[in-house]
Amino acid sequence: MSFLSHLDALEAESIHIFRETAAAFGRPVMLYSIGKDSSVLLHLLRKAFYPARPPMPLLHVDTTWKFREMIAFRDQVAAEGDVEVLVHINEEGLRQGISPLTHGSAVHTDVMKTAGLKQALDKYGFDAAIGGARRDEEKSRAKERVFSFRNAQHRWDPKHQRPELWHTYNTQIHQGESVRVFPLSNWTEMDVWQYIRREAIPVVPLYFAKPRPVVERDGALIMVDDDRFTLREGEAVQMREVRFRTLGCYPLTGAVESSADTLDKIIDEMAASRSSERQGRMIDHDGSASMERKKQEGYF
Amino acid sequence: MATLDITPTSQASTQLLRFITCGSVDDGKSTLLGRLLYDTGMVPDDQLAALARDSRKLHADTPDALDFSLLTDGLDAERQQGITIDVAYRYFHSARRSFIVADCPGHEQYTRNMATGASNAGLAVVLIDARKGVLPQTRRHTYICALMGIRQVVVAVNKMDLVDWREDIYAAIAHEYRELAAQLGIAQVHCLPAVAPSGDNVGRRSDRMGWYEGPCLLELLESADTAPAQGTEFRMPVQWVNRPDASFRGYAGTVCGGRVAVGDEVVVQPAMRRARIERIVTADGDLPHASEGQAVTLTLDREIDVSRGDVIADAARPAPVADQFAAHVLWMGDEPLLPNRAYWLKIGTRTVNARVTTIKHKVDVNTQAELAARRLELNEVGYCNIDLDHAIAFESYADNRTLGGFVLIDRQTNATVGCGMLDFALRRAANVHWQHTDLDKQARSLSKGQQARCLWFTGLSGAGKSTIANLVERRLHALGYHTYMLDGDNLRHGLNKDLGFTPEARVENVRRVAEVAHLMVDAGLVVLVCVISPFQSERRFARGRFDEGEFIEVFVDTTLEECERRDPKGLYRKARAGEILNFTGIDSPYEAPEQAELHLRTSGLRPEQLAEQVVEQLLHGMGEDRPHA
Repeated sequence: MSFLSHLDALEAESIHIFRETAAAFGRPVMLYSIGKDSSVLLHLLRKAFYPARPPMPLLHVDTTWKFREMIAFRDQVAAEGDVEVLVHINEEGLRQGISPLTHGSAVHTDVMKTAGLKQALDKYGFDAAIGGARRDEEKSRAKERVFSFRNAQHRWDPKHQRPELWHTYNTQIHQGESVRVFPLSNWTEMDVWQYIRREAIPVVPLYFAKPRPVVERDGALIMVDDDRFTLREGEAVQMREVRFRTLGCYPLTGAVESSADTLDKIIDEMAASRSSERQGRMIDHDGSASMERKKQEGYF
Repeated sequence: MATLDITPTSQASTQLLRFITCGSVDDGKSTLLGRLLYDTGMVPDDQLAALARDSRKLHADTPDALDFSLLTDGLDAERQQGITIDVAYRYFHSARRSFIVADCPGHEQYTRNMATGASNAGLAVVLIDARKGVLPQTRRHTYICALMGIRQVVVAVNKMDLVDWREDIYAAIAHEYRELAAQLGIAQVHCLPAVAPSGDNVGRRSDRMGWYEGPCLLELLESADTAPAQGTEFRMPVQWVNRPDASFRGYAGTVCGGRVAVGDEVVVQPAMRRARIERIVTADGDLPHASEGQAVTLTLDREIDVSRGDVIADAARPAPVADQFAAHVLWMGDEPLLPNRAYWLKIGTRTVNARVTTIKHKVDVNTQAELAARRLELNEVGYCNIDLDHAIAFESYADNRTLGGFVLIDRQTNATVGCGMLDFALRRAANVHWQHTDLDKQARSLSKGQQARCLWFTGLSGAGKSTIANLVERRLHALGYHTYMLDGDNLRHGLNKDLGFTPEARVENVRRVAEVAHLMVDAGLVVLVCVISPFQSERRFARGRFDEGEFIEVFVDTTLEECERRDPKGLYRKARAGEILNFTGIDSPYEAPEQAELHLRTSGLRPEQLAEQVVEQLLHGMGEDRPHA
């Protein structure tokens, strides 16, 4: 009997989850946030349904504060034409002028991401939304199911999750309810990079080190991506060789100093790294167990 | 820092071991796992700093010691209560292997979570507190592991420092555990003494217990057998029919047993249609063969009917097919499992209707004693007979977890309320065949000049069901219809004489009435059924026995106050006096229909007027085929 290698086993499990979602739900969607996990998801989506086109669209909830290189990358994916890419912006939030610079990470994330996502899911009537969250990212995610039930208000209740046995997923829902599906649940950050290298999956260039204009703020290196960024007193823009381990809204995502400009170097750097992936994410530092609360309210 | 030599870049080609940790509350499970993560260098500096900070905050008396349990207890409620509530999954690797560990809670009320963690695991790490020895929880966890098919156990006898590192204490516990494991059919047991907080025998061998010469926990995990083998015959449940255009028709799924090659003859089950494998398609190119665990797309050499839920199997050695089984069921629902209630059963990629027909016994999970049972409560395990409405291809769970393991889903709430492990098909499933008869329902209805129907009257005791149905039947009879009335009370004098009024008995009562009504409709009659039928679930089961449009649910809606005021049989008075238990509306619930074909609000109307509404609805539904009228 031959056993699959570690990455082959993870890939097969993810493909199984994609197929189960497509078969069991009336209107599934894949959430596309343009990061490395999204790139891996898209690759798996194409593999799962080959030679057919992926039977679901991608949805990007645009906060209007993504790095410009991310938006360019997204538009390139859309131009390839084998998947439909839907973009949703919370217009109401935009009108209110919600900005991570003035309103802070909590309000910005709540309005532009969480509320924006709920609007989009309701607008298109999606009953299953596939996302790239991994259980190794954060403690409350470690308890999340692969098929994670949401009530009609998109709420997650950690105490009433459906037991999930084998690969037999309960996909039954009532009208108006939905599930979030996480095919990368069992992947780690290292698995993701090794898979990207093995499969030669394109990712946003921001993951590779390069001299970039940054400002040191609250202990993080924030990249100045456009002229909406305003300097505080005493701050100066410097060119530093940096890269990103994770990508979100540019004012909320810290860069790390690095010279890793190839996949091999990134993987070596990670192997030696002594800090966690999300340390640069401001939204994780909004208070202890803040992710758990955000998730209950419908955050991905 | 005592980290091991890890070279993570080598892990891409290593194999994955999924295991679980279990043990009773406070035996140091979370600490052991946290320590394992720490020893393998899996705790990044920022998390380590947070750990040191949190440890100081919680343990003012030992400010410098790290509380490794804080690495794994993540939910707010868990931190507050200092316990693990739900299964948490952790990921780590050593130079030799990648691991996924399901960290399972110890409390009895979370037995279902443990089973969940065990379902995908190939090995269990069982923790035992050296001061306490083998506890009922140890027995329960080991039983659940055995039930879920785990055949390798590593026993860590923890807190050896608190028993002065005594070998005799360790040896006695190891001996007792081995006896338990042998009883439960667990083939491989390895015991080791450990101290989780200081890492003795966790990530490295301890020099403080020279009398133990075996490997440390990490070494054992690195050398253990990986994924549980699923059986050697080729099996693949069809997940998705891939049809991009008229020229391609492929069947996508994950191989759950054995191996298949291009040219092999296969059979599509349960219909048993044969074909040969033409291509094994993947996005990375066609494969010459595929084996267990691979997600592939198969094309066949001829056009046969294949849909999601079918199983493609080796034609020479197909899977057994049946619709009645013996199985172990672990109940996970807050409401009890009631025999004869219909649930969804999902096995592989197929979902069917299922009923537990008999609970042969339940198992005391602490002692493994077999006890009589009429229902299963949360976290109880029962050995049951199960009846499906469709035959399925299956394997016994011991041979194949995918085709032998199922979940039960509540048809109203959609909650996952149970899981089960198939044992074998009941012989009667193979021996009782459906006898084909030449005359059918249509022929019998036609000879009576009518369309057969089931009018199902539901409502509280005293609501007026029988009174109205009686008037309806008289009217239909006068119009020339062939009818029969099945009254719940009357049936309890004969067919249902053996049944009481507990929820279990009510489920069975309604099932029998529905079956009799079904036979009478098959005979071409218009059948009027009057039973309280308090549960939506059973009314839905009854509806499912009939063809579209044949079943007319009539909700006789009279308020409890009104029924109690009328009290035609004096039952409410007795129920209120506590002389009758399980009385609907008093100490037993009535679940009102949500989508009845006819909703009769009885207040202010005479029975004759209500009966006329029913007759109109019935005749309207039959269109112009009214006989004799």
